[in-house]
Amino acid sequence: MLHRRRWIRLSVAAAVAVLTLSACGSGFDSASGADTPGDLTVLIGASGDAETNAVKSAVAAWSAQSGTKAEVVVASDLSQQLSQGFTSGRPADLFYLSGETMPGFAANGALEPVGERLANVGDFHDAIKASFTYKGKLYAAPKDFSTLGLVINRDAWAAAGLTDADIPTTWDQLAAVARKLTTPGRVGLSMSPEFARLGVFLAQAGGWLVAPDGKAVADSPENLRALEFVKGMLADGSLKFSSALGAGWGGEAFGKGLAAMTIEGNWVVGALKNDFPAISYRVAELPAGPGGRGTMQFNGGWGVAADSKNKDAAVKLVEYLTNTDRQLAFADAFGVMPSVKSAAQQWKTKFPQQAAFLAGGDYAKNIPNLVGISDVIKDFNSQIEGLVTRDPKAVLGSVQRNLQPLVGK
Amino acid sequence: MATMLSHARRHRPFGRDAMAGWLFVLPVIIVLGLFLVLPVVMAAWVSVSDWTGRGSPFSSTVNFVGIDNYRDLLGEPGLAQRDFGTSIRNNVYYVLLVVPTQTAVALFLAVLVNKRIKSRGFFRTAFYFPSVTSSVAITVLFLFLFSASGAVNRMLSFIGLRGPNWFADPRGIIHIGLGWLGVDQPPAALTDGSLLGVNWWEWASGPSVAMCVFIVLAVFTTSGTFMLLFLSALQNIQAEIEEAAIVDGTTGWQRFRLITLPMLRPTIATVITLGLVGTWQVFDQIYTGTRGGPAKTTLTPAYQSYSASFLNQNWGQGAAIAFVLFAIIVVLTAVQRSLLRERDNDGKPGRVLSTLSFRRNAGGDS
Repeated sequence: MLHRRRWIRLSVAAAVAVLTLSACGSGFDSASGADTPGDLTVLIGASGDAETNAVKSAVAAWSAQSGTKAEVVVASDLSQQLSQGFTSGRPADLFYLSGETMPGFAANGALEPVGERLANVGDFHDAIKASFTYKGKLYAAPKDFSTLGLVINRDAWAAAGLTDADIPTTWDQLAAVARKLTTPGRVGLSMSPEFARLGVFLAQAGGWLVAPDGKAVADSPENLRALEFVKGMLADGSLKFSSALGAGWGGEAFGKGLAAMTIEGNWVVGALKNDFPAISYRVAELPAGPGGRGTMQFNGGWGVAADSKNKDAAVKLVEYLTNTDRQLAFADAFGVMPSVKSAAQQWKTKFPQQAAFLAGGDYAKNIPNLVGISDVIKDFNSQIEGLVTRDPKAVLGSVQRNLQPLVGK
Repeated sequence: MATMLSHARRHRPFGRDAMAGWLFVLPVIIVLGLFLVLPVVMAAWVSVSDWTGRGSPFSSTVNFVGIDNYRDLLGEPGLAQRDFGTSIRNNVYYVLLVVPTQTAVALFLAVLVNKRIKSRGFFRTAFYFPSVTSSVAITVLFLFLFSASGAVNRMLSFIGLRGPNWFADPRGIIHIGLGWLGVDQPPAALTDGSLLGVNWWEWASGPSVAMCVFIVLAVFTTSGTFMLLFLSALQNIQAEIEEAAIVDGTTGWQRFRLITLPMLRPTIATVITLGLVGTWQVFDQIYTGTRGGPAKTTLTPAYQSYSASFLNQNWGQGAAIAFVLFAIIVVLTAVQRSLLRERDNDGKPGRVLSTLSFRRNAGGDS
């Protein structure tokens, strides 16, 4: 009796184990859910429901028109799921790609050099194309881009007695208004402690990480001047990093009223509309430094897998998703800037309050396309977090040392 | 003679009985081979190859690169080495604080719920509960509790303290303590020398404030599990031994120190081993919580291995980190086992009791 009971228990346990294992097994395939070889899988990392729905309906419209089935999968961790797909040899056919992860995937041959096959390749802004170019080949079709601007709280601005004429156009003016806007419960300026924000000062000082000729120039006197300026603002209390204010990013600190100004990209518009609808703000171009105007841009693109079973259809879908009409529709749905020149004019008339972001596109800089750059940036970020107590010269020296091996490769 | 025959038959590797035996262990061999041995062999190969994460690592385009990946981590000054040194530093502090604390707390809780007190079933469940809750859920909960304006800082403000911005504070607690004593700048002697690209002053930083939250979290979640191990061991100690000691006139503390603790020695060894293995592999809290930040002070080798592989397509280095980590765990566990090994009769109840009564007699004589 006892034995029989035990047997039953054992077999139940075994059955459960087998079921669990088979469930895991099928889980690995879910990245490429489409079954028929001609079908496409589209892997995206969406900012929210608005983006997901817009992409899904665009893809569905294309499917109806072309007769090729396509399934949109929303990734919870895009770069990890992409890696898993490439490793298994059955990656998603097309997917979102960021400028930062592109060099690694391009270097290991996972990406199709899609630039050669796109009919609308001439329409993309050149600076965005440059950010997806690795060793002379374009590896993604730019889908949108964002630049950083100065976001200003109108109420705080007026309360400090400032007018439109006071919008800073130089570093000195920026420091002056930031001091004026600082009150006991609020700092003048806040941003996330990362290169992707502070980098604008490097650009404005006339410096950058890599020179046009490909040399690493992180320890240049221009960059040092930029970090010293930021450190000065940190020291006098008119600038605090968002983490020091208990906010996850500059937009949150700004929305909560902890900061009167922040340096953020166009995504801040949608985020403020959703989370802090009451706040009244305007977006200005960033001030010019000793080296002129400067900002940073961040680009999203569509990549196509080299291992895709239906590359022709994937490229066609990418063309469809990046055409002028689609991009304007996406801009409407989730507030991105179109990556094609043909959409710029229409976009500007539709979103005049964001004109500063588009203007930044003329002089914006990209994070350099180098294999391993994200580690260098991460290390730089970790030092920026402690900038108050660090020696800017030593910080830049270590960035230079980290950068040099990548440039040499 | 008959017994000898059957003895021989039993030990033939492919006899009838043996075949049945093989048949019964076959599923386990297949499962272990497929899900344990094969992945380990693959990872070992990847760690000495230039595989970049596309297609099979055994394909002909993947080359053997010898110890290059290990050299980048251990021998060659550079970003990879410094990151690895930093992650080891962070994890060392994590292990040093978590393992002893969780062992002590678990033992304490086990002794408490082993007593015949009212509603001890409730307490047993309550203490064990964090262990069965998903670590991701608990991490998210801690992120809220320890946020700059979270419940913990609110509580501290009630008693007039201003809590730090826990998860965003990269300062090491030893550095903070030295700062209070007026030591803000590192002495030159400590910044000159370095190990794995991290100078001695940085090694001596202590865990960052952010890491301390993870340390509390680890103690909170794992103590329940180890309490269960201690509880079952405590219940194996026969009541007679305790009674005998009571008759001998011992105090409660003496009985705990001289009887219970030595008899728990095998369990303590197990708990510390499991603790060492678990703490050196800490990953999910870091992945959900801070992803190595602030300022890399919660970077751990396990997370670095993940980010090298999945985020930077540097799979060889990721696998190499995993094997170095494996070596660290094996060495530390071996050291720990040899330190806690039972010698001769030491730890056996008879010996302890006789020691105890001997001491009592000796005490009475003087």
